[in-house]
Amino acid sequence: MTSVKATRPIPFGDILEAAGAWLLALVWIAPLLFAAWASLHAPGQALDFSLDAPFTLENYRAAWAAAPWPTYALNTLLLVSFTLAGQLVLCTLAGYAFARFSFPGREALFVLVLLQLFILPEVLIVENYAMAARLGLIDSIAGMGLPYVASAFGIFLLRQAFKSVPLELEEAARVEGCSFMGVLWRVYVPAARPVYLAYALVSVATHWNNFLWPLIVTNAPATRPLTVGLSLFGAPESGVNISIISAATLMVVAPLMMAFLIFQRQFIQAFLRAGIR
Amino acid sequence: MPTARALDPIASRQRRLHALYGWMLLAPALILLTLFAFLPTATTLIASVHSRGTARRPSMFNGAENYADLLADPTFWTVLGNNLVYAGITIPVSIALALLMALWADRHLPLRGFVRGAYFTPTILPMIAAANLWLFFYTPGLGVIDSVTGLFGLPPVNWLGQPQTALGAVIAVTVWKEAGFFMIFYLAALQTIPPDLKEAALVEGAGRLTYLRRVLLPLLMPTTAFIFINALINSVKLIDHLFILTKGGPNNTTKLVLYWIWEMAFSYFDRAHAAALTVLVLAVLGAVAVLQFAVLDKRIHYR
Repeated sequence: MTSVKATRPIPFGDILEAAGAWLLALVWIAPLLFAAWASLHAPGQALDFSLDAPFTLENYRAAWAAAPWPTYALNTLLLVSFTLAGQLVLCTLAGYAFARFSFPGREALFVLVLLQLFILPEVLIVENYAMAARLGLIDSIAGMGLPYVASAFGIFLLRQAFKSVPLELEEAARVEGCSFMGVLWRVYVPAARPVYLAYALVSVATHWNNFLWPLIVTNAPATRPLTVGLSLFGAPESGVNISIISAATLMVVAPLMMAFLIFQRQFIQAFLRAGIR
Repeated sequence: MPTARALDPIASRQRRLHALYGWMLLAPALILLTLFAFLPTATTLIASVHSRGTARRPSMFNGAENYADLLADPTFWTVLGNNLVYAGITIPVSIALALLMALWADRHLPLRGFVRGAYFTPTILPMIAAANLWLFFYTPGLGVIDSVTGLFGLPPVNWLGQPQTALGAVIAVTVWKEAGFFMIFYLAALQTIPPDLKEAALVEGAGRLTYLRRVLLPLLMPTTAFIFINALINSVKLIDHLFILTKGGPNNTTKLVLYWIWEMAFSYFDRAHAAALTVLVLAVLGAVAVLQFAVLDKRIHYR
């Protein structure tokens, strides 16, 4: 990574730019660093940035005891898995239909699906809530996940991936006696594996962090995901001090953050792949 | 051609079978899209032209009255103005920062992995968590910003509590959250640009700024267009932090359209006016979609 050669004098402009890049990087993670500092110190010393202030895990203990975090975490986990599983199945089928089957009305339908890239579920919260209520889905994992399952983005990505698979592969599989579902399973799904990985990472990150819709659909603590739990916990009127809020916030972001640190390269690649059409 | 005619019934049967399979494969997705996109859009339209029902007076058709109410409500214009400022600042600032970050993260810097990671980190945090982290910055008297400015003898500022600074404070969080995400797309685009191009430009005597302006920026135009559309959508969608930071206050100065829709529907239970407002947002997003399909996106083959 560091390919600066010591023998060549480094131009002053380059040094200036490197300094700028580092400074911006520091500014960008400063909020996290400050929160980490505050969470490890007694409330009175949260903003006393002297190095000899004593460390304490008391804030984490207090934050942990103040809300049903394991329940929230389990709900987030269930929500993310339910949504992703549904998306993978439905988007695969729909992407396959759009990529390889011709039938009347296909183009019009595809435009309708693409329109969902813009008509976001977030905007339709009011009537989506009415629909979820009609279907008896309030306060359920399915209620939080279902509006996102027929993901226009997923359908679009997989259609593109399937279209780039050479038709000869499909014909060869057919000659060997594969049915049309067999072709999907044996030829198209394996060929699109990187796209699946990318889409899965993006989906997990998105739904782990989703807030507004879960807030609306859940009323009971037993079904709330982490984001909703955190928002109630951190609300100013709850009177919890900043050190404990910082500790709770860091606890909530820790799992995804750890995954990100471990899989940083794959993560960024995944986002690249998913964003570039 | 006798053989072709003999095959014809088989071919047409094949075609029908093909169409049937296509529809069957699409069915699950179509059912869900109908339930959570098409039908809600339709019921939004219907609710927007009906009065708010009460226990005594059931909801009835009232034409454009809900829309007229909205236009007559000064809050509507405040909220619209807020959202225009929100979009007008977050979009260009986060795009410019994203480009700067990408240019830096693409160079052979020492600690490049750390730099990239730092820029990208806010992207994977929930907006709620981001708001909590920033709350720590903004708390009057105690927050990080006031502690720093206090060293220079400046008075404490209630960043989130006073109308002049609240929207700016909210905008800063959004820019912080999305710039690193947009950087990724620029980074990807930069890596597809052949390095000879730069060498050629430098040999021709072009400075780095000229190269940036004349070569890089035009080549990055499609990426910029893509990011612009995303940023535009985000300026409608990214409102989670309002729930933590300001709740739309003080005095509605940070109330954005989607937050207002939520408030109307779920705090005041005014479905009729929420629906009318939703229709206006849908119209704007529809216009963005048309812009994208018709003007910006000639690279994608939709057929």
